[in-house]
Amino acid sequence: MSGINDFVVKFATVNGSGSASANGIFAKTLFRMGIPVSPKNIFPSNIQGLPTWYEVRVSEAGYLARRDGIDLMVAMNAQTYREDLVEVVPGGWLIYDSTLPRVWPRDDINVLGIPIAEMCAKKWTDPRQRQLFKNMVYVGALTALLDIDVEVLKTAVADQLKGKEKLVAANMEAIALGRDYAAGNFDCPLPIHVRPAQGAKGKILVSGNDAAGLGAIYAGATVCAWYPITPSTSLAEAYERHAKRLRVTKDGRRLYGIVQAEDELAAIGVAIGGGWNGARSFTATSGPGISLMSEFLGLAYFAEVPVVLFNIQRGGPSTGMPTRTQQSDILACAYASHGDTKHVLLFPNDPTECFSLGAEAFELAEKLQTPVIVMSDLDIGMNDWVTDPFVWDDAHVHDRGKVLDAAMLDTFKELKGRDWGRYQDVDGDAIPYRTLPGAHPTKGAFFTRGTSHDENARYTEDGHIHARVIDRIRRKFDTAATLVPKPEISIRDKSGKVGLIYFGATTPAVHEALDGLEREGTKVNALRLKAFPFTRDVLAFCAAHERVFVVEQNRDAQMRALLMTEANVPGPKLIATLNYDGMPMTAAFVRGAILKELRPAQVAAE
Amino acid sequence: MSYIPKPSAHHPALPRNTLGLTRRDYEGTMSTLCAGCGHDSITAALIESCFELDIPAHRIAKVSGIGCSSKAPTYFLNRSHGFNSVHGRMPSITTGAAIANRDLVYIGVSGDGDTASIGLGQFCHAVRRRLNMTYIVMNNGCYGLTKGQFSATNDKASPSKKGEANPFDAIDLCQLAIQLGAGFVARSFSGDKAQLIPLIKAALSYNGFAFLDVISPCVTFNNHPTSTKSYDYVRAHNQAVDSLDFIEEKEEITASYAEGTSLAVEMHDGSRLLLHKLDEQHDPRDADAALMAIRTNAAKGAVATGLLHINETQQDMHDILATDARPLNAVPMSELCPGSRALEAINARLR
Repeated sequence: MSGINDFVVKFATVNGSGSASANGIFAKTLFRMGIPVSPKNIFPSNIQGLPTWYEVRVSEAGYLARRDGIDLMVAMNAQTYREDLVEVVPGGWLIYDSTLPRVWPRDDINVLGIPIAEMCAKKWTDPRQRQLFKNMVYVGALTALLDIDVEVLKTAVADQLKGKEKLVAANMEAIALGRDYAAGNFDCPLPIHVRPAQGAKGKILVSGNDAAGLGAIYAGATVCAWYPITPSTSLAEAYERHAKRLRVTKDGRRLYGIVQAEDELAAIGVAIGGGWNGARSFTATSGPGISLMSEFLGLAYFAEVPVVLFNIQRGGPSTGMPTRTQQSDILACAYASHGDTKHVLLFPNDPTECFSLGAEAFELAEKLQTPVIVMSDLDIGMNDWVTDPFVWDDAHVHDRGKVLDAAMLDTFKELKGRDWGRYQDVDGDAIPYRTLPGAHPTKGAFFTRGTSHDENARYTEDGHIHARVIDRIRRKFDTAATLVPKPEISIRDKSGKVGLIYFGATTPAVHEALDGLEREGTKVNALRLKAFPFTRDVLAFCAAHERVFVVEQNRDAQMRALLMTEANVPGPKLIATLNYDGMPMTAAFVRGAILKELRPAQVAAE
Repeated sequence: MSYIPKPSAHHPALPRNTLGLTRRDYEGTMSTLCAGCGHDSITAALIESCFELDIPAHRIAKVSGIGCSSKAPTYFLNRSHGFNSVHGRMPSITTGAAIANRDLVYIGVSGDGDTASIGLGQFCHAVRRRLNMTYIVMNNGCYGLTKGQFSATNDKASPSKKGEANPFDAIDLCQLAIQLGAGFVARSFSGDKAQLIPLIKAALSYNGFAFLDVISPCVTFNNHPTSTKSYDYVRAHNQAVDSLDFIEEKEEITASYAEGTSLAVEMHDGSRLLLHKLDEQHDPRDADAALMAIRTNAAKGAVATGLLHINETQQDMHDILATDARPLNAVPMSELCPGSRALEAINARLR
């Protein structure tokens, strides 16, 4: 179903050629015209010279999952001509640089040749400009072919080149060059084109990593340690960028400390050291970093030190696919580290939630005195999403959890009827009271350790005490289940017996698929998980449905396994719905998986 | 070890420091290390140093890794918070703690396995970050808790208790620290209290990364006559390059020293180190000379001890990070959270 404000454009380019900023300007322009867009950057683990793609789905209806089938291919990379050609839908269009004309072996598509290199060679003498402006020439051609508002585009160019105003005029010349060529040589606009719309009005266009970095600022995090790894790097960099604007005193002193650590082992160690000493502290990592941080996560779990870890998941196992997306660290994170360990996980589903849940993670970590892992992924983290604006309630009081200062230490016995001990469950919620170093001259000092300890933090090799302490920590997880964000439930059929559980980046694909199925007469109720441990609502939802699809982006149905193990949901009713090729899930995939189960005959006929 | 707990009562006439505290107020729980372990002597020297420097015990944070040495922080400074972390990772914990609160005194206790093997990377980067801490390696050349395997600081020629030769070269942590730019590098011997206490006091007063490598014989696994980390060997081959008087700012300088053989070094806080040079060649401000002193002594089978290197003008991590003068963990949330108006401006930029 392609048409006005409803199509997919794909740019096939070479990385390091400057195409990323041109493609970004294209997406931003459509966004500013009010049209919902979902750009997906499909890039290699490389800096220069390898193929890279940028897909932009345009959907006035606001369906922003990736969609297979390219309506318009901008084929700027001869290395990938063959595969790019295959992806174009019958009746679609392919634009290429016809400086070297070629025959395209398909007669069911429209090929539009533009001699881009030749045009640039005539216009500019500097080799760098000749190369860079090629990208703006094809964007210019698209303004004519797709009827894009050039005035709006100019604002996007100006924003991109803030501080280099001279370049705006040169870029707009390149735009005009492409636009004039297309207008003069092709029937413009094409049947697929854009028109101003309302769907993106009031929204923002931002990546999840940018949003999560900002969430850490709003949460009051002051200690950030990280080690560069794709796709989490831009989160720490975003935190630093925001901090430079928002966290510097009038006399130029910083209200934050960032350490680019020597490895992930140190990165999480720094964050735990900061958390132990009363600063909200975090690190961000991906794939291999999770494996490396596991030992320290066990220490923070057992010694009950708050810390936040953003895991921007990528394709595993091992080095895997560093530049592709997956949700395949669920079990590794839920149970990270040796021995009996269990961690609180949060599952943001877009950049808006990377901000809000990112901030909430710090709150939960301090309230529960334990690591909290925010399970984002490459698709949410690195792609720009059209999403709801960030909201902050100025009346919110940051809850630092049960931390005793000197005055509280002096009155603790009076108030609680017993002496303070670091790991005593005084309130019955399994959360003890902690103290910070330096708080009181004679009270509250204790030894934090990963070795077994009693309720007063003293070393023990008494197995009964050990069991008692780890039982209390397990009970703390019950408290966690009452504090974590509740799932989002949408009931399309009150008496329906078919349910679906999903989380994170698959949200747009699931929503689109379920809307489509409902139009076809199949209603599926859905629950979007926002957190682990599972809340009561999750158990109730599973109990209320006979069959529950569990949609996730990994091979081993990890969330399904977690539901079976931690929520006692019988395995046979949980239908694994799995995509793990590293590409963001499509609605067609979800629809197909559901119909295959519910209406096998229809699927066979299709 | 002894299993008899120490009574908490103490004699009313015990001397008190200017804070009104006795030495007992700086002690910890009873050591569980082997009787005669060098680590206990270092612990005693730490207690004495903190007492004499009048440091409020609760303003000290003790941080360690894993191993016999890393257990030691429970044996001193009961009034201080301690963090016995994971093997070889004390430097990263200390880094985070120090960013969060720049006002505490950080004492890191590690061993030769903890620092020279599993934690070598973290050690190097702590030096590089100019972490404001005193980093003490209780160096016995072997793994005690796992029963005597060689560590990376064990000298090549030095055999195990069973007589097996160590086939690998030793890592010299002092040389490494100097090469990485540590501002304060000293080596001492657990059996030489007179040398060790002034060095610990100077290290605690130093603003920046202060490294102390203390040879500390393992009485159980590495104290046989042929070991180069044994009491007998170190006593016979200890070559002090200087001896040190540590003079606090408030004290009057009374020590006299002869021109040409001694050196007064002023520290950030106004305290002074008075160095009596025993080796005429040695100038601790000169990193190259310090390396030379270590190497020429080692070539002769001797262990160069004393203050090996000092750079009184070095910046520390907080200077480099340009952090606020207040501890970050004490900055109110109202200053850290920019609020909804700033957020609206950010939203506007993303439209």
